[in-house]
Amino acid sequence: MNASLAETPSLGSSWPLWRRQIVGILRLEIKKNFLSKRALPMYLLAAIPVVILMMLAVFDRGMQRGVRTNLSQAFIVFSNLHEGLILRTVIFFGCAWIFMNLFRGEVVDKSLHYYFLSAVKREVLVVGKYLSGLIASCTLFLLTTIGALFFLLLPRGLQANLDYIFDGPGWAQIVDYLGITILACIGYGALFMVIGLFFRNPIIPALLVYGWEWLNFLLPPMLKKISIIHYLHSLVPVPVNEGPLAIIGEPTPSWIAISGMLAVTAIVLGLASVKIRRMEIQYGSE
Amino acid sequence: MEAAINIPINSTAQASVATEQMIIFEDVSKFYGEILGVNRVNLSIAPGITSLVGPNGSGKTTLMNLMTGLIQPTRGRVKVLDFSPSDPEVYFRHVGYCSQFDSFPAGHTGYEFIYSYLRVQGYGKKVADQMTWQALERVGLTEPAKRKVAGYSKGMRQRVRLAQSIAHHPTVIVLDEPLNGLDPMARADAIRLFRELANSGLHLIISSHILHEVNAMSDRVIFIESGYVKAAGDVEGVRNELEEHPLQILVRCDQPSTLAARLFQESHIVEVRIHDDRMGMFVKTRNTDMFYELLHHAVLEYNLNIETVATVDNDLNAVYHYLIGARQEGE
Repeated sequence: MNASLAETPSLGSSWPLWRRQIVGILRLEIKKNFLSKRALPMYLLAAIPVVILMMLAVFDRGMQRGVRTNLSQAFIVFSNLHEGLILRTVIFFGCAWIFMNLFRGEVVDKSLHYYFLSAVKREVLVVGKYLSGLIASCTLFLLTTIGALFFLLLPRGLQANLDYIFDGPGWAQIVDYLGITILACIGYGALFMVIGLFFRNPIIPALLVYGWEWLNFLLPPMLKKISIIHYLHSLVPVPVNEGPLAIIGEPTPSWIAISGMLAVTAIVLGLASVKIRRMEIQYGSE
Repeated sequence: MEAAINIPINSTAQASVATEQMIIFEDVSKFYGEILGVNRVNLSIAPGITSLVGPNGSGKTTLMNLMTGLIQPTRGRVKVLDFSPSDPEVYFRHVGYCSQFDSFPAGHTGYEFIYSYLRVQGYGKKVADQMTWQALERVGLTEPAKRKVAGYSKGMRQRVRLAQSIAHHPTVIVLDEPLNGLDPMARADAIRLFRELANSGLHLIISSHILHEVNAMSDRVIFIESGYVKAAGDVEGVRNELEEHPLQILVRCDQPSTLAARLFQESHIVEVRIHDDRMGMFVKTRNTDMFYELLHHAVLEYNLNIETVATVDNDLNAVYHYLIGARQEGE
């Protein structure tokens, strides 16, 4: 065999190269983390709201009677379920699982060097990994939201649903809920990725954030704004009653909620890039 | 604290090699908290096979990790062919690292392990596929390439890591214990591959515990112990600089007593031990060149019949023994 190595193929200029690298990272990450056995708990978690509403649709006809005859009432039920169960629990813990493992999981598995020894800027690696988490979480939790909506509306019959969706406010509400789900994945995803990078044991900070997000309704208006759930809450199309103890604050306008969350996400990703750029592989000390 | 040793490697051989073709450590230290990794390392390494030898925990892997940017120096600077690890996009097009980390992405076959690595670097499907097969072929792993890495033997895992490190055609290949787990045939093949790569002008930095294999394949050796570089260069050159350990030479001849009497007249001769059979001697000298010159004169002067002249302790084992100590040998 000829000893000399063949000419290394050119990798081209920055933007097209970064795009290809991100595609390469996505391909690897999605296969490694989301099409493997380790993703099973995440799928089970995502299925919980769908299974609950499916069982209600199939078995609990008495409890659903009011809902079936009143679609507005159904969306109030859904709004509470979406915020209380899907956003605060399923997406929260789902994103914690997905995004904290993006880097922390690699350190635990002692496989991060696979990326660190590649001709890839670490900033590109952060973006690629974050996008892989975002694709997985959005796909999964959008399916959760759609599945839950489907079983909520199923008992009403096709015609009534079509009327409500296309001739009533249904379509806009559905789009809003799907949009909120995506925003939740964007916000919680960035937060948990950074927690996974900065803390050796990210469970404790994740639980602290969980408590903070749950107690958000009790916080004074200024403190409410230091949370993701506050902005998501501001966007829901059907208001959620937070109970008699809730301290009511002025809702944040939609455009501020959305652009603010995106801006904070960008800042958090910048922080992650700085951290990952300085990161050393010392598996032994982890 | 032990003084740092500043040792340019193979200074004569490297004089003509441009800086941009060298691996350079400039006063590099690495501390893990208060634990010393390596201290005040100054090296300039030219293309060819350079082996790192030293006991466990001596700092070999730290040097390799510094070279590949997996860790950053606490002090000093590392440059590889004028590139810095702080720019991985450029750096790792030129550098490949076969680490000791035995972890592979779950569920990957040998082929996918390398192919994915190339795709992550930005190579297109077709090119990545070609480069993957080329690398697998080089390490003799084409047949099991489509099997999952999890089912590979230790030697096959070692080979697939080696294939990954050379798949993108790097100029500098860093190999941490690359012969571990390989059977004798595979070791011979791997050493042959290393030699081929080195002969084509590449840098190979190899750490190994197996001294006779290091001796056989290396152009130069870096001896490291407790985080300090003790010596570096070609083995013979390093041996010649160990003045506190005079070189031992075996001479088999018909008049050892006559020769011994002549040798003792010279100040560089430290010791002469005549064999029991009176047909030879061991000579210890501080100056090999002068000894050989003296031997030539003695042969002519006394009409000696010389059967054998051989150095006894100028191989890697002996140098390692003198520099690092017998108690740590083979660790």
